[in-house]
Amino acid sequence: MEGLSYSSPKRARKVDFGLLLAYLFLVVFGWLNIYSAVYSEEHSFILDFSQRYGLQFIWICISLGVAIVLLYMINPSHLPPLSPIFYLVMLVLLAAVIFLGREVNGSRSWFFIGSFGLQPAEFSKITTALLLSYIMSQYGFSLANRKDALKAALVVIVPILLILMEKETGSALVYMGLILVFYMEGLAGWVIVLGLSLIAIFVITIAASPLTALACAFGACCIIRFVISRKLVWTLCAIPVTVLMFYIPTLAGTETFAFLANLNPEVWALILMAPFLFFWIRDLLFRKEGKGGLYLLLCLAAAVVLTFSVDLIFEKVLQPHQKARIENLLGITEDLQGIGYNVHQSKIAIGSGGLTGKGFLNGTQTKYNFVPEQSTDFIFCTVGEEWGFLGSLLLLGVYIFLITRIIHLSSKNPDAFTRIYGYCVASIFLMHVVINMGMTMGLLPVIGIPLPFLSYGGSSMMSFTILLFIFIRLDMERQNKDADI
Amino acid sequence: MDKKVLLISGIIIAGFCLAARLFYLQIIDEHYKVSAENNALLYQTQYPARGEIRDRNGNILVGNKTTYDIMVTPMDLQEFDTADFCLTFHVDINDVRRKLKNYRENRRKIGYQTFTFIKQVSSSEYSHYAEKAYKFPGFYAVSRTARIYPYEAGASLYGYINEADSAYLANNPEYRRGDYVGITGIERSYEDVLRGKKGYNIMVRDVHNRIRQSFKNGEYDVAAEPGKDLIASIDGPLQQYGEKLMKDKVGSIVAIEPSTGEILAIVSSPGLTVNDLSNIRKEYSRLLQDPYKPMFNRAVMSAYPPGSVFKTVNALIGQQNKVITPQTMFSCSRGFYYAGGKMGCHGHRSPLNLKESIMMSCNAYYANVFRAIMRDPNHQPISEAFDHWKEQVMKFGIGVKLGSDFPSELQGNLPSTKTYDKIHGKGRWNAYNILSLAIGQGEVGATPMQIANLAAIIANRGYYIIPHLIKNAPDSVRRAKYTEKHWVDIDREHFDPVVEGMYLAVNAPPGAGGTSRRAYIDDIVVCGKTGTAQNPHGRDNSVFMCFAPMENPKIAVCVYLENSGAGGTWAAPVASLIVEKYIRGEVKRTELEQMVANTNLKQFVPVRSRKK
Repeated sequence: MEGLSYSSPKRARKVDFGLLLAYLFLVVFGWLNIYSAVYSEEHSFILDFSQRYGLQFIWICISLGVAIVLLYMINPSHLPPLSPIFYLVMLVLLAAVIFLGREVNGSRSWFFIGSFGLQPAEFSKITTALLLSYIMSQYGFSLANRKDALKAALVVIVPILLILMEKETGSALVYMGLILVFYMEGLAGWVIVLGLSLIAIFVITIAASPLTALACAFGACCIIRFVISRKLVWTLCAIPVTVLMFYIPTLAGTETFAFLANLNPEVWALILMAPFLFFWIRDLLFRKEGKGGLYLLLCLAAAVVLTFSVDLIFEKVLQPHQKARIENLLGITEDLQGIGYNVHQSKIAIGSGGLTGKGFLNGTQTKYNFVPEQSTDFIFCTVGEEWGFLGSLLLLGVYIFLITRIIHLSSKNPDAFTRIYGYCVASIFLMHVVINMGMTMGLLPVIGIPLPFLSYGGSSMMSFTILLFIFIRLDMERQNKDADI
Repeated sequence: MDKKVLLISGIIIAGFCLAARLFYLQIIDEHYKVSAENNALLYQTQYPARGEIRDRNGNILVGNKTTYDIMVTPMDLQEFDTADFCLTFHVDINDVRRKLKNYRENRRKIGYQTFTFIKQVSSSEYSHYAEKAYKFPGFYAVSRTARIYPYEAGASLYGYINEADSAYLANNPEYRRGDYVGITGIERSYEDVLRGKKGYNIMVRDVHNRIRQSFKNGEYDVAAEPGKDLIASIDGPLQQYGEKLMKDKVGSIVAIEPSTGEILAIVSSPGLTVNDLSNIRKEYSRLLQDPYKPMFNRAVMSAYPPGSVFKTVNALIGQQNKVITPQTMFSCSRGFYYAGGKMGCHGHRSPLNLKESIMMSCNAYYANVFRAIMRDPNHQPISEAFDHWKEQVMKFGIGVKLGSDFPSELQGNLPSTKTYDKIHGKGRWNAYNILSLAIGQGEVGATPMQIANLAAIIANRGYYIIPHLIKNAPDSVRRAKYTEKHWVDIDREHFDPVVEGMYLAVNAPPGAGGTSRRAYIDDIVVCGKTGTAQNPHGRDNSVFMCFAPMENPKIAVCVYLENSGAGGTWAAPVASLIVEKYIRGEVKRTELEQMVANTNLKQFVPVRSRKK
């Protein structure tokens, strides 16, 4: 028995109490807030099963049951080999829902059995995480190996595509968070930096202008090139030119430089860049500038291409409501009664909470249903309004504790499968928390994804519970082993 | 290891960003707290009572009655007995269902907005509703005022009110959807004073979201300010009398107090009745399709040829320009002959002087006068003489908008040299081409109000005050506008022969040739001038203008009857009845009154088809 990597179910175990407590806190706190959000005096009993809080109580009970089953009745050694099967079954469900599901709020991602809905996209996070962990934990797997990397990437991309076809953009976005797993398992950090930079370029292009985005990108590259390749003269020359780029439209307005108006300012920016690029390429080809310089140049190229294709992405790829949400967030359009209504009311709810909040069941925004979807995606409003800054900070703290604790426990775990799975769970939670809270506070565009353990909903409650408790179960093995040694 | 630290720091930074945003929203930015309060508080608009309009004797012409609008906040709706609801308000159940369905479908878009569900519910329906209001959560009643017209006269003047439409709202940001606004008439001209100021009651929604209590006992409520009452210059009984006389006739009466420019009565027939006005929404399309166009206010909109009454203008201008004197004699042999034409006239003694020409309305005399004006050696060539003449005519308020408080007032017609250049070629026309202007025919057109104003000018011997309907002008601009004397730049003494001619026209002994004998009143000295204007559609139009008494005139009247024959026949007796009614307060000539009131002159008016 000692030789097995997983212990038999009869052994005494230690559940990680930190995670368990955080979980119980979130579930109960969420339940109370759903009660407050839906509350009406006619149905004031918290266990009224005709109301959402009554139903949520049922979901919580079932989830706890599932958690107990996961903790004490499942042999985790079966999980890795079964994960391809789970994954495939889930893919079939994801595909089936596109054709058989019912349309809810514009997306086809729900199966209905009677009046109860089931959202496969919520559960596919678990199977994807499992399969990804399984593949990446196999002996000899390396992200440096292109075939391996492709295999791992496919595991993530296939469900993303299916979910996009269901028009559940929010859930698809969550999978992007799995890039952190790749990062922890060997992907170079600059890929993430590049990704974030490209997002920044995208935002700057829409919010300011393509020219600003180009100039920012070029300016950043100048500085980074100096840091990695020590090209002092080049950088010193390039920086004033970057500054000049910002002034192209101003200059074009003066009489002396009126000819500038004949071409797009972005084209002028490219013309200004050209000599510097020429020297850069020359250095790369003939003076053996390091690989960093090459990557940086490629990044710059990506940024330039992105700048010029933002319009295309914005107009053609995104759906009208997504476009409107982004424009609303960036303040390009203001429509407090229409597309911006949710976020505006949500900000009012949170903002009016003040330091200590209005108290349980006392939020006016909450009580009078100003915020649509308040018990599901916008549950954080209730927290903000009724529990105030302190309550919200506590909640945020618990989430950060939960996520960092998972990362911490994973990194300590000698078992690759557990470690990678832990990273998956952490990144999924992280994406959900950041996107959801950012959305309710008007930092990010409206992306309808639930806040883990707080939002009303059976599918999400169950899937987050399973996601977390598989990890807790896997982690118990390490603790057992620690105890054995 | 390194990566784990980086990742955890990244997560903590993300958490810090969220916390910073929270701090900003919840601690720093105060305006969200106010917004939340505003959300939870309900601002119930209190609509002001619209100002009333009374006549110069204090009779209420336009008053108010209380009705209720039933408002709905779809977000607050709960299940209710729709059948009971429909029974209470006498509305169609399918309408209600359709509206409710619409709210359900658009509930996201609607949010916490409130809409008007039923408009203008009567007091009795409201009292039934009030008893069981608790059964219909989400609905509440707001009191509105609706117009009533207790005095049966003057409906064409008041105009009507209606909910402001989108175009109006776009131009007038202080109005909200559902506000009423004056569309025509006085309601429109004096919208700014009549409407008053909206107020609001602040209510708090309680947990049930049904019963609402006042916020802080109404400490922050703002009461509605009722609109200002207006006193119309209209003399109610006279207006009513005028409308009675104009029954079955097409045309207008305008009576003005010369010394003040106040309009005493203004009738456009056929016109609206107060009943039409009360139910304007129901009657609108019928009124619009009526071939006699009751919505068209002839008194201020129709540009009629003034006919012979216009001779007074030429008589005054001729004297002022010194081309004639009161003693100037012209002969008339049943007309005025010139190369290539003749302007006919009726039989009267010849030659005659200025006052006799007015008294007997001689066409040939005015052909001579007008030719003399056009050949005035001080103003040559003819185009200059014409322009000078035109300028003088415009001083009389003809061919220009007078600027009354009728929003629909038009300016009439006055040709320019360009008109004739176009017809005859530049410089190729002479006095004979435009001779019909001498007797108020041809290209000249005046509204009955402009003709009444002409009578007022002669009554005042040289000036007028812009005719207006409201005595208590609400602001200094309008007060100044409606008290300013507009001098016509004709010397005082030139009026005497004209006034005398008008006196003789009415008061000369029978057989002396006065054209307006039928306007004669026993003990009131009426000065009048008839006009018989050719109408290309059917019989001549009958025109009469007069003022009375001769000294210190109290009233100036114009009566214009379409297709009613010679001016002396019908327009003169109508005008004299108006004068008698106003000055004496009662009419002794009941026989004449009966005859006028019971004569149908409408039958002679050709009805043009509405298709154009």
